[in-house]
Amino acid sequence: MASATPLPAEADGPAAPGARPAGAPVIEAIGLTKRYGRRTAVEDLTFEVRPGEVFGLLGPNGAGKTTTVLMLLGLTEPTAGRARVVGVDPTRDPLEVKRRVGYLPDSVGFYDGLSGRANLAYTARLNRIPAREAAGRIDGLLARVGLADVADERVETYSRGMRQRLGIADALVKDPAVLILDEPTVSLDPEGVAEILALIARIAVERGIAILLSSHLLDQVQAVCGRVGIFYAGRLIAAGTVVELAARGGAADDVVELAVAGGADPTGWLRSAPSVGDVSSDPAAPGRLLVRVAAGGGASLAADLVAAGFAPVHLRVREDRLDAIYRRLVHAAAADLPAGRPADAPGDPLPSHRGEGSR
Amino acid sequence: MSAAPGSRIRPRRALRPSPEPPPARPRSAAPARAEERPPSHGWRVVAAKETADHLGSVRLYVLAVVLTIAGVAAIYSMSQVIRGAAADATGYRSLFLALFTGGADPVPAFVTLVGFLAPLLGIAFGFDAVNGERADRTLPRLLAQPIYRDDVVNGKFVAGLLAVATVLVAVVAFVAGIGLIRIGIPPTVEDVVRLVLWVALTVVYVGFWLAFATFCSVAFRRAASSALVAIALWIGLTLFGVLLATLVANLLSPPGSTSADQLANLRLRETLERLSPDTLYLQATRAILDPRVTGFGIDAALASQSQGALPSTVLSLPQSVLVVWPQVVALVALTVVSFGLAYVTFLRQEVRA
Ligand SMILES: Nc1ncnc2c1ncn2[C@@H]1O[C@H](COP(=O)(O)OP(=O)(O)O)[C@@H](O)[C@H]1O
Ligand SMILES: [Mg+2]
Repeated sequence: MASATPLPAEADGPAAPGARPAGAPVIEAIGLTKRYGRRTAVEDLTFEVRPGEVFGLLGPNGAGKTTTVLMLLGLTEPTAGRARVVGVDPTRDPLEVKRRVGYLPDSVGFYDGLSGRANLAYTARLNRIPAREAAGRIDGLLARVGLADVADERVETYSRGMRQRLGIADALVKDPAVLILDEPTVSLDPEGVAEILALIARIAVERGIAILLSSHLLDQVQAVCGRVGIFYAGRLIAAGTVVELAARGGAADDVVELAVAGGADPTGWLRSAPSVGDVSSDPAAPGRLLVRVAAGGGASLAADLVAAGFAPVHLRVREDRLDAIYRRLVHAAAADLPAGRPADAPGDPLPSHRGEGSR
Repeated sequence: MSAAPGSRIRPRRALRPSPEPPPARPRSAAPARAEERPPSHGWRVVAAKETADHLGSVRLYVLAVVLTIAGVAAIYSMSQVIRGAAADATGYRSLFLALFTGGADPVPAFVTLVGFLAPLLGIAFGFDAVNGERADRTLPRLLAQPIYRDDVVNGKFVAGLLAVATVLVAVVAFVAGIGLIRIGIPPTVEDVVRLVLWVALTVVYVGFWLAFATFCSVAFRRAASSALVAIALWIGLTLFGVLLATLVANLLSPPGSTSADQLANLRLRETLERLSPDTLYLQATRAILDPRVTGFGIDAALASQSQGALPSTVLSLPQSVLVVWPQVVALVALTVVSFGLAYVTFLRQEVRA
């Protein structure tokens, strides 16, 4: 059966010229471009996802994430460039790609009048999985995503989060070599988001399959993805591991949350300190300051404060450097682009559902 | 917008199912592999699911009940007439078929009722075929499975036709049974065959409307718009088809005063009328259920006149089939055109709304 594929690493043909030796990529986009009339949705996109990797496609709404995913699946034809997914060109042989790639569309829908189980069974039949094998697999998947209890209830009774989990089970029915999840956490409550992210992380570990995940929410991408591609107005403006991206922004600053004991106000001292860039009060916590220091400067700041006679009771380097990079890159890209960028961009390119943003 | 990949534009039907694809294959083999692509059976899976949906659907039962009530009324009142007149030599060759073709004022004939409601059957099972999947947001998920796009349209068409055929056969069998009990005269084999052929003809006619409604469901994102457009065509053809044909014929070939002019006008009008599936179906119905019908329109009338007017000419079943053959072919052609339109439009559409 075609869906019982070997590990993607072996499933691939010879590596493309220039591909990294460590396992041929399971997803490979080369100069992928999509235009709708005069509007460019995706421009000259080149990236790859290697076996076993969780790759995050991060970008604001309208950046072209969904368009990219549709091109990878052979659901829409690129205007230029090419893609290879599990070694197959999706434009040439979309069926083979669809046989081996599980896909969770953004805002996935189900046949509401059918049960969750019946919906998955339909997918299994469309994939020509023998009924008996499918039944066992579906039972296992429903249990995996925590829907075993409601498996025989109509999907119309499911909550948004349950539907999303059913969608992930649905994408796994064909036992795919690659999983593509388009905005899997959108419009879920925080609990639902956490469930889905945990599920994705577990699937990545258990199955060892490559996962491509798109999101406009940075913290979610950060939570599960090994590598991230930052996408803006149809272009990939940066890609790499979270660490690499953070390093790329070498000149970047860290933001340190600071509170000192005894009602002392270190603002004056901080302003005069050479290693400190900028000081403001933290809108989220009264009496707390936000101090901008050179990257990695948090530790020396603590020492300097103590030396200057202050007693820091709270000092935390905010882990939002990727966020900062993201913002900077997006704003830089927005400044470079004369016109034709999405209207809803760069004002707030990164709506975060976390209460505490970077400012 | 560009045509979507996954279309059947590339060869596929004559292709052999390939065994499990080898795990490793050289890059250069990709174009060649398209030649050994296995045929898709996706349409069967789609059809099976859709048929099950239809058979459990409210709309099927509503339509079946409406048809049954109308049918029983027609058959019952006609059987009343037949019982009253059975002693006389009636004009009907077959009392059994007369049950279906005869109207007992004010109730129209059963075939007239079915002819009127048949488009509704087709529209009911087709108007939300594709836009329904869009509205439910199931379309991207469906098309991400290893099936072709036309598998979706084909499967839904087949399922709709099956549902319609089920309703029609059930209703016709039911009212035929009632009619038989009422008149107490068993039908001949030929009568039964003619009735069965008529049901088949009706399924073909409904097929046209199903195909057209399916096209609407592709072309219009909202089910309401789709249904409205399909119903507009139905009402338009039924109410204004003849009027339109007359207008156009008078414009292109004015009736004039000579009989040649008038004949030309009449011929053109009849030709135009035959562009309507409605006319085609009504003509075919008459000929298949009434062996005395030897042709249609002015030419048939002229022919029988010149032959010395033998009103008692009665066609055998094969002869009747021959008479309706052009009508059936035209109906099928119209269906294929509608279906092709639906298919091509769908292929060129984006997956997402
Ligand atoms: N069918 C279409 N016709 C025209 N433009 C489209 C179409 N689909 C998407 N776009 C445009 O392409 C761009 C990328 O959209 P999309 O891929 O959906 O972004 P994302 O998924 O990142 O939010 C958007 O500007 C959108 O308006
Ligand atoms: Mg999107």
